[in-house]
Amino acid sequence: MKKKNNILKKLANKAYEFGFVSKIKTEIIESGLNEDIIRLISKKKNEPEWLLEFRLTAYRHWLTLQMPTWAHLNIPPIDYQAISYYADPLKKNKENSNKEIDPELMKTFEKLGIPLEERLALSGTAVDAVMDSVSVKTTFKEELKEKGIIFCSMSEAVQEYPDLVRKYLGSVVNYRDNFFAALNTAVFSDGSFVYIPKGVRCPMELSTYFRINAANTGQFERTLIVADDNSYVSYLEGCTAPMRDENQLHAAIVEIIVNDNAEVKYSTVQNWYPGDAEGKGGVYNFVTKRGDCRGRNSKLSWTQVETGSAITWKYPSCVLRGDNSQGEFYSVALTNNYQQADTGTKMIHLGKNTRSTIISKGISAGKSQNSYRGLVRVSKNADGARNYSQCDSLLLGNECGAHTFPYMDIHNNSAVIEHEATTSKISEEQLFYCNQRGIGTEEAIGLIVNGYAKEVLNKLPMEFAIEAQKLLSVSLEGAVG
Amino acid sequence: MNCGEEYIELFEKNRELIDKPCTRKLNDEREKAFISFKAQGFPGIKDENWLHTNVAKKFATDYGMDLARKANTNEVRNSFTCDVPNLKTFKGYIVNDSFVAADNGGKQLPQGVFIGSINSFAESHAELIDRYYNTLAQKGDSVVQFNTSFTQECIVLYIPKNTVIEETIQIVAFLQTNVDILTNRRMLVIMEENSSASLLLCDHSSTDKKSLSTEVTEIFMGGGASLDLYELEETTDSNTRLGNLFVKQEHDSRFNHCNITLTNGFTRNYVEVVLDGEGAETNINGLAIGDKHQHIDNRTLVDHRKGHCTSNELYKYILDEDSTGVFAGKMLIRTDAQQTVSQQTNRNLCLTSCAHMYAQPQLEIYADDVKCSHGSTVGQLDESALFYMQQRGIPADEARHLLMYAFAGEVTDNIKLEALRERLHILVEKRFRGELNHCKRCNLCK
Amino acid sequence: MENLLEIKNLHATIDGKEILKGINLTIKAGEVHAIMGPNGSGKSTLSNVLVGHPAYTVTEGEIIYKGKNLLELSPEDRSHEGLFLSFQYPVEIPGVSITNFMRAAINAKREYLGQEPMNATEFLKMMREKRAMVNLDSKLANRSVNEGFSGGEKKRNEIFQMAMLEPTLSILDETDSGLDIDALRIVAEGVNKLKREDTSSIVITHYQRLLDYIKPDIVHILYKGKIVKTAGPELVMELEERGYDWIKNEN
Repeated sequence: MKKKNNILKKLANKAYEFGFVSKIKTEIIESGLNEDIIRLISKKKNEPEWLLEFRLTAYRHWLTLQMPTWAHLNIPPIDYQAISYYADPLKKNKENSNKEIDPELMKTFEKLGIPLEERLALSGTAVDAVMDSVSVKTTFKEELKEKGIIFCSMSEAVQEYPDLVRKYLGSVVNYRDNFFAALNTAVFSDGSFVYIPKGVRCPMELSTYFRINAANTGQFERTLIVADDNSYVSYLEGCTAPMRDENQLHAAIVEIIVNDNAEVKYSTVQNWYPGDAEGKGGVYNFVTKRGDCRGRNSKLSWTQVETGSAITWKYPSCVLRGDNSQGEFYSVALTNNYQQADTGTKMIHLGKNTRSTIISKGISAGKSQNSYRGLVRVSKNADGARNYSQCDSLLLGNECGAHTFPYMDIHNNSAVIEHEATTSKISEEQLFYCNQRGIGTEEAIGLIVNGYAKEVLNKLPMEFAIEAQKLLSVSLEGAVG
Repeated sequence: MNCGEEYIELFEKNRELIDKPCTRKLNDEREKAFISFKAQGFPGIKDENWLHTNVAKKFATDYGMDLARKANTNEVRNSFTCDVPNLKTFKGYIVNDSFVAADNGGKQLPQGVFIGSINSFAESHAELIDRYYNTLAQKGDSVVQFNTSFTQECIVLYIPKNTVIEETIQIVAFLQTNVDILTNRRMLVIMEENSSASLLLCDHSSTDKKSLSTEVTEIFMGGGASLDLYELEETTDSNTRLGNLFVKQEHDSRFNHCNITLTNGFTRNYVEVVLDGEGAETNINGLAIGDKHQHIDNRTLVDHRKGHCTSNELYKYILDEDSTGVFAGKMLIRTDAQQTVSQQTNRNLCLTSCAHMYAQPQLEIYADDVKCSHGSTVGQLDESALFYMQQRGIPADEARHLLMYAFAGEVTDNIKLEALRERLHILVEKRFRGELNHCKRCNLCK
Repeated sequence: MENLLEIKNLHATIDGKEILKGINLTIKAGEVHAIMGPNGSGKSTLSNVLVGHPAYTVTEGEIIYKGKNLLELSPEDRSHEGLFLSFQYPVEIPGVSITNFMRAAINAKREYLGQEPMNATEFLKMMREKRAMVNLDSKLANRSVNEGFSGGEKKRNEIFQMAMLEPTLSILDETDSGLDIDALRIVAEGVNKLKREDTSSIVITHYQRLLDYIKPDIVHILYKGKIVKTAGPELVMELEERGYDWIKNEN
């Protein structure tokens, strides 16, 4: 047992792999939040008047709100005036209105394993890279355009496709939805915009890579995905941040619209800096993600692997409005050291014969707290709704917590709703069996945890699944004594 | 926003009158509780613990409260017996919120056992009252504080160590009133080491006046003690019941609870069981049958503080017409509660599209070597079982009844007293057939 | 001999898909008919339609049973009129004991026939007798209907209920499936003991072995929703030797 501890200690001190800081000239506006700042952000992005108004309305509403307290989280007070709401790592070139990419920046993304030169790209994946407040580069844009697919940064979409943006922006997540949604609507900087036209099956995975680099800044990205009738897209999202002692704020909104017979798969591997072993630093991750399955037979599937962030507050949801629409939520949330996660989903059944599946696997280690919180609501007219939820928790160690808070609101008697939850630990017998077969304890834990999470990991696109497996093992290092 | 002010004013104006018949401890605790209530008021529906139950609204009625203790309790004695066939019980009554001893035909409880008013128990056992009264309830919510503020009577059941009471103790509570009435009922059960008892609490109301009762019961179980507690609510749709049960179990004690809401208006039952000694076991079961506009909210907390304890929880709801069911059950496993085995099951049947069910099973776990699980379902009767029964010639309605009865049976089967179990089976069956329940020889609910 | 059951040009669908495509079948009182056929030919659909399963829709044709239009009767009235289906997969009904279940069934039937309910003593006596007939363990009788029963116990319980309800026309839907040879014999003996001169049976099976015990008078082959061949018991042997392929080829 003692020997085991030594190995684990060594591993615990292993650094967060993506914790480096890039020395990139970055334009950061002064910290603080007020109407002038919002006007400045809007002006920098050359936004139309309606968008500025949209931001200001949200800001004024935000001023009336309090931080939500219902989550099983201990959130230290956040000084919203101490944060800078805009950081642009792109060098300004006065002669040329096009922005030029700093070679350091290209290197940063390469170091993260996200090459921005198309010839080096992962096969079959188009990337939109976002650093701090700005989209740096979007690859394969032209190829996609030939099929009528729009994949670009949100800033670009506002300029190029203002009608589409105006039609859909805020239509799924209203600024009044919650505290962080109001904040994001007021100050959102960049993010990705995706439009898949009728009948088109997107030929490659679309991916956005988010990176917070600058200190004392918040990242407030906004993603909008519209899948028109009979279309299909698989979208991936990855995130990292440097190791910093202070906390960084990330408050994003993702809106997805799924029309008749369309299908959207949205996968996330979230690896924001989780803070150090003493709980210092780390990203506060407050995200509102929601998809509106408006169309008949539409389908939205969320898959998330959450290993990062000091605090995670995130509930990717499906509004099942169209008849026969389907929502899925597959989640692995791993917390270690002093991390806290309160994550889950909402399945709102509105249409007839709607179906939803929830599979959540929580893994708690160290001194962390890990909660599943989910709502299944069947409205009065949602005849024939079906839901199956399974929420399992795995505890590693005796100083962490694993919690399950499902809510079921049922208003239709034809609904069949099932929820199950279990809690378990890795047994000595399992570890011993692995040891006896020559597998070290650390590796055995990695194996067992990956096996436990397999049901969810299987839902990820291949490259992502391999990444996620590694991430689970690495994040657990030092977790078990 | 809520109507707490009226009660605060009422309390302050009548403080002397309220204190007058009560023993010192009641008044001491009243003082503290009132400060707490005054600061909070009634819970609002934004309160996570009261999300679907608007209790403040229920207090808005202009109720009468018998603060001067004037109710005539004499004539009801022996006219309302609430007998369970084939079950002999040792009886006591609660009329409104006063305890009335029953004529038990000269029967005696074992030596040292006390059942009666706290105001007389305090004369001989002041130290026990000081040690136990309001120690569990003091951290209760504002409805509990309201009860502690206004309560003038508390039934004490005291069972000394190694004492086994064979006969079931039955407390029959009912209302006698010609005005809308608010009552505050209170009970304190002190069970010393290795004592054993079974307790049946029937809550009746037959008045069509509006009524609201706050109820707080505190139960202390010493090491190895054993208690079966059966609570049965048979009230009317004009009644509001706000029950609060606090149980603290020491090592190797065993608590078995069955709470049945057969007929009611608006009910909220809070059950909190603290497992504070190794080897303690708790089984809490609930059955709720709702129709019309009935509202049934059961909220439970099983707090595992020590290792090697077991808890089982089963709550079932059958909701017909426009009724609403709320279930929120939390299992809290603290760091020291290693080797806990804990299971919670919640099953709900919604029979109409106007019935509403809100279910919220919760696990909060801080110990790693535990076996915990919960399951919750909402659904309908099994169509293939219904057809199978029809094929055997059982009419569709009858088949439905049989299935509902079987569904409820899983809860009532946990009742250990055979006579009571049989009685409840009949009551439940009658309930499904829409027949009113009449206790035999009962003068009140004709 | 009088016709007990007459099926004329029966078409039936499930989820909009037509399974039965014009069945014609006449059964006289006292006859045992076997219906054989490959998987998916519509055998179980036919038995479910006869007893009025709500998932199936009759789109064309008629069924006359004891001179009545069967399709107009509810499933329970069909049962009261003496129609019994031994299900291929008997459903489990947790919490409902076999005793209560059978009492409800018997008394509903008696009410339908204008008889007084059976008293408890009489009922229990009947339970005992019938249980003995199919070797049903008395312990099983106290358990919930089919809950936790083995495959053999479930089938035996079906025959026990058949004994209790004394049907005029019993349909045995793949009663042999999942049974070992001993269980099969017990079940078949039970069925034979229950046979009277005026009662008829439809035995639905894929294989010959059940028909070694329950001798059919007439054998039909159902294929793609139609009866494609009708003959005497010798057809069973022919099928056993040649399989179903020649039927498929001919049709």
